Amino acid sequence: MGNGRQDFKTDAAHALADTALQKALQNVKRGFVVKREAARAKLPEFDTLREDARAIKDHTLSHLDLYLETYERKVAESGGSVHYAPTAADARAIILKLCQEAGAKLVTKGKSMVSEEIGLNAHLQAAKIEVVETDLGEYIVQLRGERPSHIIAPGIHLNKETIEADFRRAHHRLPRERRLDQAQYLVAEARKVLREKFLAADVGITGANLLIAETGSSVIVTNEGNGDLTSTLPRTHIVIASIEKIVPTLEDACTILRLLARSATGQEITTYTTFATGPRRDRDPDGPSAYHVVLLDNGRSEMLGNEFADMLRCIRCGACLNHCPVYGAIGGHAYGSVYPGPMGAVLTPQLQGIDRARDLPNASSFCGRCEAVCPMDIPLPDMMRTWRERDFARGNPPFSERLFLKMWAYAAKRPLVYHALANAIVLFMARRAGARGRLSRLPLAKAWTGTRDLPAPQGRTFHSLYTRARRRGRV
Amino acid sequence: MTSTPAPSPQGPLVGLFVTCLVDLFRPSVAFAAIKLIEAGGARVEVPRAQTCCGQPAYNSGDRQDTIAIARQVVETFERFDYVVAPSGSCAGMLRVHYPRLLAEDPNFAERASALAAKSFELTSFLVGVLGLTKVDAAYEENVTYHDSCSSLRELHVREAPRRLLASVEGLSLVELGESEVCCGFGGAFSVKYPDISTAILDAKVRDIIGTGASTVLAGDLGCLMHIAGRLVRERADVEVRHVAEVLAGMTEDPAIAAPRQKR
Repeated sequence: MGNGRQDFKTDAAHALADTALQKALQNVKRGFVVKREAARAKLPEFDTLREDARAIKDHTLSHLDLYLETYERKVAESGGSVHYAPTAADARAIILKLCQEAGAKLVTKGKSMVSEEIGLNAHLQAAKIEVVETDLGEYIVQLRGERPSHIIAPGIHLNKETIEADFRRAHHRLPRERRLDQAQYLVAEARKVLREKFLAADVGITGANLLIAETGSSVIVTNEGNGDLTSTLPRTHIVIASIEKIVPTLEDACTILRLLARSATGQEITTYTTFATGPRRDRDPDGPSAYHVVLLDNGRSEMLGNEFADMLRCIRCGACLNHCPVYGAIGGHAYGSVYPGPMGAVLTPQLQGIDRARDLPNASSFCGRCEAVCPMDIPLPDMMRTWRERDFARGNPPFSERLFLKMWAYAAKRPLVYHALANAIVLFMARRAGARGRLSRLPLAKAWTGTRDLPAPQGRTFHSLYTRARRRGRV
Repeated sequence: MTSTPAPSPQGPLVGLFVTCLVDLFRPSVAFAAIKLIEAGGARVEVPRAQTCCGQPAYNSGDRQDTIAIARQVVETFERFDYVVAPSGSCAGMLRVHYPRLLAEDPNFAERASALAAKSFELTSFLVGVLGLTKVDAAYEENVTYHDSCSSLRELHVREAPRRLLASVEGLSLVELGESEVCCGFGGAFSVKYPDISTAILDAKVRDIIGTGASTVLAGDLGCLMHIAGRLVRERADVEVRHVAEVLAGMTEDPAIAAPRQKR
């Protein structure tokens, strides 16, 4: 989990040199960017929905205590129970205890980034409980001992061939002649293995895309139906969700759902949208006999009161990742954190501290596309800049960088000094470039000239040329 | 507060915000901007007390120095009717970020907002404020246009440069496949994370070459120097110019990163 500065740069360099990964990342553009734009274009009220959704979340967050209490009461009324977890460790302990009380040997899991955030699987496994991810991408990533590289497409960094090899390694009974060279065969194979797990599981753990205060329901959206099998077949269903997932009403949930799938995959709605409310009632044909919700704080209440409060509107659609040129270049693993991309660059320093995660908000060209496509209108670049300010205030940037910046700022605040220096630098560079018009090497500029030439200055600064032209009455 | 000059028959008074990159690397862009603004019926002055808009400090997290520079820019430029920069990112700094940076400063908050309201990126100023619909220029080339991220998303400038380019004699515009995607420059980002920056740039360069255009234009010198630096390194035969040079008919200077002609 090391996330120091060298790690990020090294991991990013490896990612850039990884041709299989680079090929897989092309799918992000084809699969998500194009489809999202088509879905948005087909919905004239998209921007109005975005404003409504933002208003819903802002309202909820400013009355979060009230809605959490209502939600808790409603969950209790429907026969379930709510457990508050201030920290990741608390959440792990609560869930382990619930699993042990249920006598769990096997736990199936629906896709949940919050469970990644708290490191749940390792904790349960250490207590000799078998944990099986049931979302196909998560399942593959789990077989590989990796973490998801994308918040909605965990295995986006992989290709068919790699997955076939993983299945042949992990599924021992597979005959050699069995074909696994196409997506449909891989899905069929995973389905066969997972069906047995669904039926045998003692506890099912899912995340939640939304929690509804009005009804005490948790909502998950999936395209595989694995979430339903995880939440309805085992005796116990545990929902792990962070506190900001709450919305007041069913109608509010629907407003956000209309934005979520379109922003994520370009679908109008996901294949399955599942509302879970309490355990099985007497007349219900199926469902768990126990229903628990573990509400995780882990820094969220602190964010409510600081400059990063807007981040709590995030609905984890992944649009900011899909449209980020940096994510598109290096993929998710290089970020070295559970949450990659722009939303991760804002959230991770809050979770890990800026000293450990300083590269994440710094590695951005501030192109602003993340903010432009965010269905919840979250000012991601501004918040990354705020992290840079904290990083700078703590003296984290390298000494050479801070020195250069201070020298530059000294001159920029003194126009006379600045113009004199500018003239000298321009003359030096222009002379060095000669008639070539560009510099392929320059002292102290290797970070630029390693991959790009530096266009040479035209010869004099504008201000010196302009002053001279005015003196001669030419301007 | 300095008084605003009385309206004169010569039109409004524009303070040209040269930008540090144009001052250092490509003065011809500022001369082209002056020519265009004057062609639109306004007068231009270039205050010498200007240096930079402060972005290098701002995006490095040095808020204190950024605020000092922002105050200096407000003081220098508030006497003009308009402030115009041949750059979307510098204009965006004045228009979008200064009011936020100075919001808590009782002496500067209102002045920063007033400056923001009259600060413009060059092409959007020519079209939107001066009502320029065509320019007197010829450029017999297929060109493509790179929208800078700040122009596009911070200032919502998209049509203005295209509208003016459409009036350039002989010029035909071929759009990029992905005109909404960043070129990977991002100021200091390009040297702090050169590998990532170059990977993003390479996709842009492939897109540019794929259009078959002989020239790529943009309204921001940062993007242009980044793109030109890679194109020449890869020996690609595409000229790189600031859009103002073409619109002003001032293309006699060698293109960005091109060799100087022997006379």
